[in-house]
Amino acid sequence: MDVLMLSRLQFAAATMFHFLFVPLTLGISVLIACMETAYARTGKDVYKRMAKFWGKLFLINFTLGVVTGITLEFQFGTNWSRYSAYVGDIFGSLLAIEATAAFFLESTFIGVWHFGWDKLSPRAHAISAWLVAGASNLSAVWILIANGFMQNPLGYEIRNGRAELTDFVAVITNPWAWNQFVHTVSASFCVATFFIMGISAWHLLRKQNVEFFQKSFRLALYVGMASTAIVVLQGHIHGNLVAKLQPAKLAAMEAHWETQTNAPMYLLQIPDEKGEKNLVEALPVPGLLSFLAYNDFNAEVKGLRDFPAADRPPVSITFLAFRVMVGIGTLMPLLMLFGLLKRDELTSYPLYLKAMIWAMPLPYLGMQAGWAVTEVGRQPWIVYGLMRTSDAVSPIAASQAGASLVAMVLLYTLLGAAGAYLMFTFARKGPVDA
Amino acid sequence: MLETIWFLLWGVLWAVYFVLDGFDLGIGTLMPFLAKNEYEKRVMYNAGGPFWDGNEVWLLSAGGVTFAAFPQAYATMFSGLYSALMLLLFALILRGVSFEFRGKVENATWKSVWDACQVAGSFLPALLLGVAFANLFHGLPINEAHVNTGGLFDLLNPYGLLGGVFFVAMFCLHGALWLSIRATGELKDRAMATACKLWPAVLVLVLAFLAYTFVNTKLFTNYLANPHLFLILVAAVAGLVMARVYLAQGQAWKAWGGSAVFIACVALFGVVGLYPAILISTLNPAWSLTIHNASSSTLTLKIMLGVALVFVPLVIGYQAWSIMTFGKPINSEHDLEY
Repeated sequence: MDVLMLSRLQFAAATMFHFLFVPLTLGISVLIACMETAYARTGKDVYKRMAKFWGKLFLINFTLGVVTGITLEFQFGTNWSRYSAYVGDIFGSLLAIEATAAFFLESTFIGVWHFGWDKLSPRAHAISAWLVAGASNLSAVWILIANGFMQNPLGYEIRNGRAELTDFVAVITNPWAWNQFVHTVSASFCVATFFIMGISAWHLLRKQNVEFFQKSFRLALYVGMASTAIVVLQGHIHGNLVAKLQPAKLAAMEAHWETQTNAPMYLLQIPDEKGEKNLVEALPVPGLLSFLAYNDFNAEVKGLRDFPAADRPPVSITFLAFRVMVGIGTLMPLLMLFGLLKRDELTSYPLYLKAMIWAMPLPYLGMQAGWAVTEVGRQPWIVYGLMRTSDAVSPIAASQAGASLVAMVLLYTLLGAAGAYLMFTFARKGPVDA
Repeated sequence: MLETIWFLLWGVLWAVYFVLDGFDLGIGTLMPFLAKNEYEKRVMYNAGGPFWDGNEVWLLSAGGVTFAAFPQAYATMFSGLYSALMLLLFALILRGVSFEFRGKVENATWKSVWDACQVAGSFLPALLLGVAFANLFHGLPINEAHVNTGGLFDLLNPYGLLGGVFFVAMFCLHGALWLSIRATGELKDRAMATACKLWPAVLVLVLAFLAYTFVNTKLFTNYLANPHLFLILVAAVAGLVMARVYLAQGQAWKAWGGSAVFIACVALFGVVGLYPAILISTLNPAWSLTIHNASSSTLTLKIMLGVALVFVPLVIGYQAWSIMTFGKPINSEHDLEY
């Protein structure tokens, strides 16, 4: 394999592993802050116990998110130095703002929160929880503005052989970035709420700490219902934006080869990337693709064959990842809705509770798939329309990139296993008296 | 002018990073030598416990600011120091996780594995940072295309290694002083005694490093041209002396402050000596990356300056509050979280 492919794999491994932990952090930090606020206001012990129990799982998760994030800050320099030099004027400043405005706040107050149970008043402790939650979500804003520049570059001019900033406001008001932010954060709340509901369901099935886990389950249920609704509805708007700004990605998402009006969506489809066609196309919904892309059943949707081969993203991965994401996006609101209807008699529906345990990985998978669509679908560009990924890689030896890739995968696998073991152990143990 | 301000800010970020992460890296390195039992080990983990994460963000910021203000230097530096940086990052990852994971399972093997991660994950970064900065002071074989043509083993030259050993000793002293603030009883006494023993070693190493720097690098050129800059070195020495004097009086906080001044001034001494280069090319001075050929556009530098002027004082404010609130003696198991 060459440096380019090794570096892409390494970046994929580093971000995807990092992103196993980030979404839970974004969502559960807010929910824990809510629990603590309830404790500070009512003084009811159950809220403190909730914050402590979910907080313990949160800390294990948070630590893995933090340490794997360190690598990412430097990956652009180590493996993508040409990219860094070319767009650093814009992209680098966004990463630096993320660190100064958000990471400091998050990391300092996670220490305050962790060590402050007896040293701070419940109010001050709740405030530190909110600071952690706010800062985590603020970091999402900045990193998605940075990613937004890669997806839909704005506010720059090519000068001195590189992209230079000309309009900072355009960069930070990039519609792509804000759509991505809403999509990512609402999906993160899906991860967090399914996480809480799954673990609560496990305990409810065993009739352990029923009041505690019913309260937890319901809190997650209300927030989760809203999040799944937002992620799906806003996902449609997001799809419109993809159609408008990255038509090749849209075509790859649907394995849509021929330009046509009133384009259908096939419920069953198997793409053949080499043959530039689909092997199977069955169960068409007429005009649905046109509608999803342009809100108009008769709109023309450009097919992949009308893009130069060199400008097409990998079709199979983009297509499959999109299907997985949409499938999960359809299933999640249904699970939430059922829970909402039966919220007062949860324990009478053991099958539903069991399903919710097994549903825990779904939003995780959905997020990974969603990011695969976003990033693989952007190929062959590292910055859409501006710089190709193949022009961005560092002039390093393949052996270096290969060795670090192997070491990273090994290290992350071990850490992931240790983290999962701890999560399982403490999730099963249930709350201890605060 | 804007470039110069950013160059100095860049140096300040590294200096603050060394001062802050320096103490917890030092404590981690000293752990096998200082902790005699499980309780003392836990005290050592907890001594840096509330701070290590916030401290490490200074590294991210220093990296981020290199990217934002000097993108070409970021590109060359981190791709050129590829293997060393990966090693540093992996070590920091293991160390970070060891804080959180170690105490979660009551099993001797589990704990000793994380202890090993903590020690190696503290020692290696200290060593590598020293090696890296000594090599930056000396310069790297950077070619016309801004690519470092040297490999990992070229970094391990005698000057680089001396820099590494010096950093390890400096951070260990700093860590022992911080432990003197937070530990009580025998562990505190041991930490202070260790600091006393480390102090002459640090003194010898800093003198040796300066002498070697004088013959091996061009760092002193700026100083000889502007002798008042030697005040940085005077301040460094004053900080080191202050650390020893207050240590003898048993005033741990003030001794730690002296050590902090020393570390900050050592870092600034190097950065000011580099000016206006960020990365010196040993092949041809014209190929060096300087504030003139590696900086971002004026607009980016201005916006980032605004960001830095608002947030950096704020960060220093709340981190200082956190250090004041949590930097108190650990008296019993009750004070332990890790």
